[in-house]
Amino acid sequence: MSIIFKHARQLVVEIDEFINTAEKGVLVFKEGVLNYLNNEKESFADKISDIDRLEATADRLQRKIDDEAYQHSLLPQSISDVVSMLDRVDELIDIAKDNLYLFELELPFFPENIRNEYIRLTTTSVEAALCVIPAVRTYFREPVQVRDMLTKVYFYESETDKISRNIKRKLFHEMHELDLAQKIHLRYFALHIESISDKAQELADALTIMALKINI
Amino acid sequence: MITLLFLTSGLFLGWSLGANDAANIFGTAIGTRMVRFRLAAIIAGIFVIIGAVAQGAGANETLGDLGSVSTLGAAFTVALAAALTVFWMTRLSLPVSTSQAIVGSIIGWNFYTNNPTDLGVLTKIVATWISGPILGGIFAVLLFMLLQLATRKVSLHLIYKDVITRVGLVIVGAFGAYSLGANNIANVMGVFTHSIQLTPLDFDWLVIGSKQQLFFIGGIAIAIGIATYSKHVINTVGRSLMPLTPEAALIIVLAQSLVLFIFSSQTLSSAIASIGLPPIPLVPVSSSQVVIGAIIGIGLYKGGREIKLNILGSISLGWIATPIAAGILSFFMLFFMNNVFKQEVGSTEIKRILQTETEPGSLQKNRPITYHPDSLQNDSLANL
Repeated sequence: MSIIFKHARQLVVEIDEFINTAEKGVLVFKEGVLNYLNNEKESFADKISDIDRLEATADRLQRKIDDEAYQHSLLPQSISDVVSMLDRVDELIDIAKDNLYLFELELPFFPENIRNEYIRLTTTSVEAALCVIPAVRTYFREPVQVRDMLTKVYFYESETDKISRNIKRKLFHEMHELDLAQKIHLRYFALHIESISDKAQELADALTIMALKINI
Repeated sequence: MITLLFLTSGLFLGWSLGANDAANIFGTAIGTRMVRFRLAAIIAGIFVIIGAVAQGAGANETLGDLGSVSTLGAAFTVALAAALTVFWMTRLSLPVSTSQAIVGSIIGWNFYTNNPTDLGVLTKIVATWISGPILGGIFAVLLFMLLQLATRKVSLHLIYKDVITRVGLVIVGAFGAYSLGANNIANVMGVFTHSIQLTPLDFDWLVIGSKQQLFFIGGIAIAIGIATYSKHVINTVGRSLMPLTPEAALIIVLAQSLVLFIFSSQTLSSAIASIGLPPIPLVPVSSSQVVIGAIIGIGLYKGGREIKLNILGSISLGWIATPIAAGILSFFMLFFMNNVFKQEVGSTEIKRILQTETEPGSLQKNRPITYHPDSLQNDSLANL
């Protein structure tokens, strides 16, 4: 019996560590984008290496959690839901890493008069992710509370959509000094940043159903 | 050898009881993969035997009061009639309980042998059948409220909750198996306890009497039923009967175990009586019906939207149809046993002689009494 509890304890530690890693990853993404927009090259390079390390750690932990849970038949009823939820959390840090690399690879040029909108877009999009991650933690301890915690996620996701739409409108309607290629390039970066809040919303949707399923 | 042959109907009844009723104890735990079948079968098998031997006598006495089936041939027929009723009604997908079948079968014997059926005992038994599911429902609601309170107070991690539920299901399952053995062994071996007298096993520090030996054999039959066929029942019936979460299953099984325990514990009954309250009747009850009562109890507590009222109808039908079917079958089988196979199936006369022989003060009161069908036949013929 103590062996079962030992495995359970280990799994709890690994899940907590995994969620913390994902949260750090999202924060690093935010700081990295802000560094890029503020032209802080050294800090940006640090963030690239940080997110690389965090993403690798998250992947390793996720594999370990999957193995442990299936091997010891823990949470037999909800294991597939939990694994798919943790996969969605991993997608958050994956997409954060990919997007941060796109900044490094494509070196987009952000004109001064639209930079603030991109800062707002990044902050709001990341806020959605930062709201959904505590809900993931709560799912494991107090599933009843999860639904209430997700309201903010939907709010920030819709705010992100609005900011992104404004950016696109501004790019194509007001900023005539930019080439079409530049406009399209910047539009793609708005989409990349926006994708963080989209993933957070997908995770929130999954969590809502899972929390309902788990409440007896 | 002949004793063993006659005992087969009881063993068959025990086997089918184990095969069917294990689903009520470990069905959800196995169905939801919280507990492995092998572990569940071992635990259920061991505890059902312990329960039968340690606490099976109480409910057995009540069945004896209803009708002391006095010959081996009659006991064989009565148990077979009950077993066939259970088998036949299960095939027809009708609600059936071993407890109700054996009671009907004994009444059939009473009718055939002109033994009067004690209406007081019968009323006590029927009242228990009705109060069993109701009590199951009350216990389930109380335990459900307790669990909800505990869940609100302590916010355990889902993984810890899973492990605790798993351990809980094993412990409660063991208690459930113990209570099943204690309460339902009378259905399996009760009719044989008056017709088979085995030599007590004396181990100096422990003497195992005839009844305990019979209960042990019956317990083994139930355990074999659990080990050999309950997996099939759980896979086909168990999950559709109880589509429950493991936490709800824990409550349902605990409620069921408590009801079965209450209706089989002599100690508890005596304790209640000692404080001036009416003693608890020790009667075999249907574990399936208690489980349904518990599920309905939780359903009502949650607002009653999920209750299928036709289940209540089917339980009531079971209370009436099963004993009647078993009684009629028992009556006709006894007729064949008596007239075609020329086996003595007991009579009022025999019962009177047996009572005289065991009366306090009788010259032969300390003589171990061993009845064989042949000797009984000769005795009864001589008395005629």
